[in-house]
Amino acid sequence: MSVAVTYTSREEIEVHKFSWPVSIGIPALAIFVQVFFPIRIRFLTVFDLPLLVTIYFAVARRRPIPGLLTGAIIGTVQDAFGHHYIGLNGIAKTIIGFLASSLGVRLDVENPGSRLLMTVGFYLLHQIILTVIDVALVGVREPILWGHTLISAVANGLLAVVLFVALDKLKMRG
Amino acid sequence: MESFFGRYKNPLVLMAVLFIQVVGLATQVKRPSDPKVPNSPGTRLIRVWTVTAFTPIERTFVGIGHFFRNGWHNWIDLHGVRKQNQDLQAEVARMRLEQVRLREDAEQAQRLQALLGFRESFISQTLAAQVIGTSGTEKSRVIYIDKGIHDGIKNDMAVITPDGVVGRVKDVLPLSSQVLLINDRDSGAGVILEKSRLQGVLKGTTLGDMQVDGVMADEKVEAGERVIASGGDRIYPKGFPVGTVSSVAPDRESGAFLIIKVRPAADLSRLEEVLVVTRMAERAPITTTTTEGGHVRAADILSQRLPTVPKVDQAATPGQGDNKKKTTPTAQSNPAGTTTGRPEGASTATKPKPKKPVAQPDQPKTEGSVPVDNSAPGQEKQEKPKPSPPNATENPPR
Repeated sequence: MSVAVTYTSREEIEVHKFSWPVSIGIPALAIFVQVFFPIRIRFLTVFDLPLLVTIYFAVARRRPIPGLLTGAIIGTVQDAFGHHYIGLNGIAKTIIGFLASSLGVRLDVENPGSRLLMTVGFYLLHQIILTVIDVALVGVREPILWGHTLISAVANGLLAVVLFVALDKLKMRG
Repeated sequence: MESFFGRYKNPLVLMAVLFIQVVGLATQVKRPSDPKVPNSPGTRLIRVWTVTAFTPIERTFVGIGHFFRNGWHNWIDLHGVRKQNQDLQAEVARMRLEQVRLREDAEQAQRLQALLGFRESFISQTLAAQVIGTSGTEKSRVIYIDKGIHDGIKNDMAVITPDGVVGRVKDVLPLSSQVLLINDRDSGAGVILEKSRLQGVLKGTTLGDMQVDGVMADEKVEAGERVIASGGDRIYPKGFPVGTVSSVAPDRESGAFLIIKVRPAADLSRLEEVLVVTRMAERAPITTTTTEGGHVRAADILSQRLPTVPKVDQAATPGQGDNKKKTTPTAQSNPAGTTTGRPEGASTATKPKPKKPVAQPDQPKTEGSVPVDNSAPGQEKQEKPKPSPPNATENPPR
């Protein structure tokens, strides 16, 4: 797997579009899979499919505002299924969506290697943001389990490489 | 001004969206939650909408899965054996619940809990529910069940399986309910270590493990010891299994306490069907009555469980023995609940019963000889054999 993180000019980048059913259905499907399948396969909670979908749409569209709004909506809906305050994932994924779309403007993020690195980086950043929100806003102090977090980050990165290839087929042509 | 907004449009939108979410988060944090109201107004409404929107899909998927699975088993597999097996499993589950209650009752009797006079609670009514979803994250260990407000589910109801405690109902929605698992970091339960009778608070950890806090480091706790619910939290049924001690180690930070890791009794990673304890009944402690209809004192019950007088004494001095029966000193309880003996010949509150001597020759009393009350909930205990007034001087404490 080659890692190619190359700088691209604004003229070279290609902005992808998605149909409305895909824009709504894929995040909804990701959240559904995330909350339904761990009933019987508990370790699937290691993966964060809504985060991967947020990163993918933000990077593919390469527009910060749709990217951050996508992250905000997906994160807020995801929060609704937990028992913590609603907004934790919303804030974290809003920032990730903004940064991912900004990154997509500047770098070639269609290479599998760069996708792996990008996802691992964003996953770690996502966890850090969640921890900062926990400490600064909610007042909960939980230690970050770095070993577990790193393994989860790599697992999500590997899944992203496969998932993003599948999602590439849903891009609108022309 | 226009160029400023045009130039910094993206960061401004980002800040605006973040600001809205932070304000929303702050509103939730500051607002005190009312456990009596299942669905508090405000931001929680989005949780109701979201979960309610997904619940039919989840129920459909579960239903389809069950349809095909049951169809396969019913038509291709051995239909009769499967049906019988289901019935037997249900019976075993019911009897295990009953067994837990009976065992705890017996132990309570042995530990003289009747003396304390508090009421014990046990499972009176349960409602079977299907697990239809999870939170999907490791930070929030919750499951969703397919029973909600319309089924009579309320907040803080205990959720169990025949194997052990699962968690408690945290949020009740119209069609479903959110159950906080007992291994979540925000979860807590009062527990007792079954052998050592040490009490502590069971809490979840970030990794989904469970550990008992509050046990001093000089206490002796062994791996393999069962952990049961103490009932002190008034959520989980007393005596119901919670887990087994998997490891014990001193707390390196504080040094004064033990870190007791507990393996859950119920398989929390593979929950498909659970029982919601919809009603907990309370039962009065073991009480017996005298011939006059009044209650026997706690000290009398205690005295019955202590060693009794050898029959030889009465046979050797029949006159004294008869006299003793009529004027036997009776153990009394002082306000603190301890027992004291009266001198021989002192007047007693209970009348002598010549036909019922203190010690039956053919029925020597032992510590476990007092009948354990296994009667139905709420049943009066007057039907039990009436205990004889004990002789405190003849029953020295062991």
